[in-house]
Amino acid sequence: MRKVIFFIPLVVFIALGIVFYLQLGKNPEYMPSALVGKPVPKIHLVSLDTDQVVTNVELPKGPYLINFWGTWCPTCAIEHPYLMRLEKQGVPIIGIDYKDDKASAEQWLRNKGNPYKMVLLDELGNFGVNMGVTGAPETFVINSKGIIVYRHQGAVDDVAWKTIQGYMQ
Amino acid sequence: MLPEVGNFSLILSLFFAGSLAIVPITGYWRHNPILLSTARPLTLLMSCFVLVSFIVLAIAFLTNDFSVLYVSLNSNSNLPIWYKFSAIWGSHEGSLLLWVLILCGWSTAVALKSHTLPKEVGPIVLSVLGMVATGFLLFMLFTSSPFVRDLPNVPANGEDLNPLLQDVGLVIHPPMLYMGYVGFSVAFAFAIAALITGNLNSSWARWARPWTAVSWAFLTLGITLGSWWAYYELGWGGWWFWDPVENASLMPWLAGTALIHSLAVTEKRGVFKSWTVLLAIFTFSLSLLGTFLVRSGVLTSVHAFAADPTRGVFILALLIVLIGSSLLLYSLRASQVKAGVAFGLTGREAWLLLNNIILTVLTLTVLLGTLYPLLFEALDLGRISVGAPYFNTVFSPLALLLMVFMAIGPLSKWHNTKPSLLVRLCVWPGVVSILLAGVISYAYHLGGMAWLSLSVAFLVVLLTCKDWFLKVSSGSKGIIPRARQLPRNYYGMMLAHLGLVVSLIGILMVSTCSEETTVKIAAGQTVSFAGYQFTLNQFESLKGPNYVADQADIAVYQDGKLVAQLKPEKRFYEARRQVMTEASLNAGITRDLYVSLGEKLDDQAWSMRIYVKAFVRWIWFGGILMVCGGVLSALDKRYRTRVEGRHA
Repeated sequence: MRKVIFFIPLVVFIALGIVFYLQLGKNPEYMPSALVGKPVPKIHLVSLDTDQVVTNVELPKGPYLINFWGTWCPTCAIEHPYLMRLEKQGVPIIGIDYKDDKASAEQWLRNKGNPYKMVLLDELGNFGVNMGVTGAPETFVINSKGIIVYRHQGAVDDVAWKTIQGYMQ
Repeated sequence: MLPEVGNFSLILSLFFAGSLAIVPITGYWRHNPILLSTARPLTLLMSCFVLVSFIVLAIAFLTNDFSVLYVSLNSNSNLPIWYKFSAIWGSHEGSLLLWVLILCGWSTAVALKSHTLPKEVGPIVLSVLGMVATGFLLFMLFTSSPFVRDLPNVPANGEDLNPLLQDVGLVIHPPMLYMGYVGFSVAFAFAIAALITGNLNSSWARWARPWTAVSWAFLTLGITLGSWWAYYELGWGGWWFWDPVENASLMPWLAGTALIHSLAVTEKRGVFKSWTVLLAIFTFSLSLLGTFLVRSGVLTSVHAFAADPTRGVFILALLIVLIGSSLLLYSLRASQVKAGVAFGLTGREAWLLLNNIILTVLTLTVLLGTLYPLLFEALDLGRISVGAPYFNTVFSPLALLLMVFMAIGPLSKWHNTKPSLLVRLCVWPGVVSILLAGVISYAYHLGGMAWLSLSVAFLVVLLTCKDWFLKVSSGSKGIIPRARQLPRNYYGMMLAHLGLVVSLIGILMVSTCSEETTVKIAAGQTVSFAGYQFTLNQFESLKGPNYVADQADIAVYQDGKLVAQLKPEKRFYEARRQVMTEASLNAGITRDLYVSLGEKLDDQAWSMRIYVKAFVRWIWFGGILMVCGGVLSALDKRYRTRVEGRHA
């Protein structure tokens, strides 16, 4: 019996080795948010439109989307027309201009149109960190109680919108 | 031509490392003293050729040889010269070369000191180190040679070093961290040598102790530097993020701390023998795992370098061969060790056993948190990430408990201590600590957790001082001669324990008393925050060697007096077209003022983030104290007298 004990470390190690081996080569980017089911983290950001500091109190009441974007992000440019369509349907979207500069963001919105109810500047990406964002674009669905219910990575398109719509009701 | 010399030199060192891994150990089995005696020259040859490779790579960087792919990806002719040098370890291939170079440095040190060891132990230890080196050299030559050329399309200029790494903290952080990681290979090699020869007595523990203490000190310094760097360079004023890469360095540190204590028990009392061997294997395995996790792409992180599955498979194979075979050897040999002498449940052994249990649980906690996402996915349960809340919840109470034991343990005696004596020694310091901490937390509205933590901190300080006082005041001699007689080992322990308390106070204060805000500010405006007035005098445009920057000139006043002049910058690195935030801070004993520039909001105004970080320096100062403690105890006379006795 005593001898068996000394084999435990070896067995545990082999099991770990197998787990590692299975993990190799898998796409490490897909990651659902740990924040699902939690309220939106504390917001303390400057608004692009008014230059005023915006906090959680100013957020919309009903279900809405938080969309992380940046002028540096090519996928955001692809996503943009779809957001414009959603805006026409009356979907409230809060844009977070993520790790970007203000002047180019303003120009972008002037040229392409503004699908956002409100655009907040997250130049340092602090809010992005709090939301667990790994890149842009990323879209979060917030329900009427202010709880994050879904996270979508990558551009919002017809397929993604079907799922998102489900979460918005 | 020169890069080819570097590569060839690596191949030669692989040859010598391979020989070192095989020849001396064959000599041991065949009882052939000539084969055994090859260990030293082979170690020196292996190290020489690795050093040549390293120098060649350094020359390639310093002379801007952009025909070398690694140089062109990580350097630029405008890069300041010291960053050109540190760019050697700015990415995967060069880091590995540094890893192997440091391994060779440790092996050489062991080779030079090995004449104090029994005849066959030194060569076996070197042989084990040679096996590790062989594995890493193979890995380097087959998957990640830094000498690969990019011919014939030699770029006119390099892509520059990642701006995040262009910093003095990053010049010294990786070498220190690697000194620690790799240093544990020496303790590991001693443990394996003990398993191979079957001499699992207390002598191997004595040989391994100073090496372990020095490695631990280096690792502590590396982690401290890393935390300090993250604090001022990443621009969000955090000092620890529970990022997988940080965890990768914390795990060997925790296990190494356990190992230091367990080695002491094995050496002094001859107990915990097989446990200490396992811990030595475990510590080094975690160092390897750290390298693996950062390099393989199984875990992503803020500062993971490469995500390359081929490399991952290779490292995994390397890990399985190295760790798997050591554990197999362990399972076969450790079971033959007779259980050591029994020890009392109230002696110092028991306290150190508690220390080992908690440190091991802490290590496993971090390991679990780091690997949980992997396990979770391997079982097809989906994907999750484990964040700071998990670590803080599990880690803090255990760490506090550990510190309580750390306060009481040193007062106890080996073998047996009367519980009533311990209680008598601890009652008053305990009461005083709780009251003092209560008064402070009440006066500054710190809350219950702070009260608890401060009580523990004071308890450690009081009991550590009391223990010292008891030791120096007993006996007929005066206090000063007796204080001088106490071994360096003891003072090393005192320093390290007090250092941990200093860090604890820093961590506690920075997480409970810090303040932060984001403001919009234009030239000439003043913002009041946390009792300070921040006046933005002007903005300036600057030109650095490889970047352009906007710099704000901010004067900070308190009660009308100028306390600091801060100059945060927003830098644009031309070669990589990357924007970097350079925070500016004013350091103080009880608080840091920390300002980082956000974005230009319009023609005049910028957004700016202001932090007042309470006691944050204490975290790193405590780290430095621990480093001093580790070095001091490694310098204890007991480890040296053997050497001197030999020479006499």
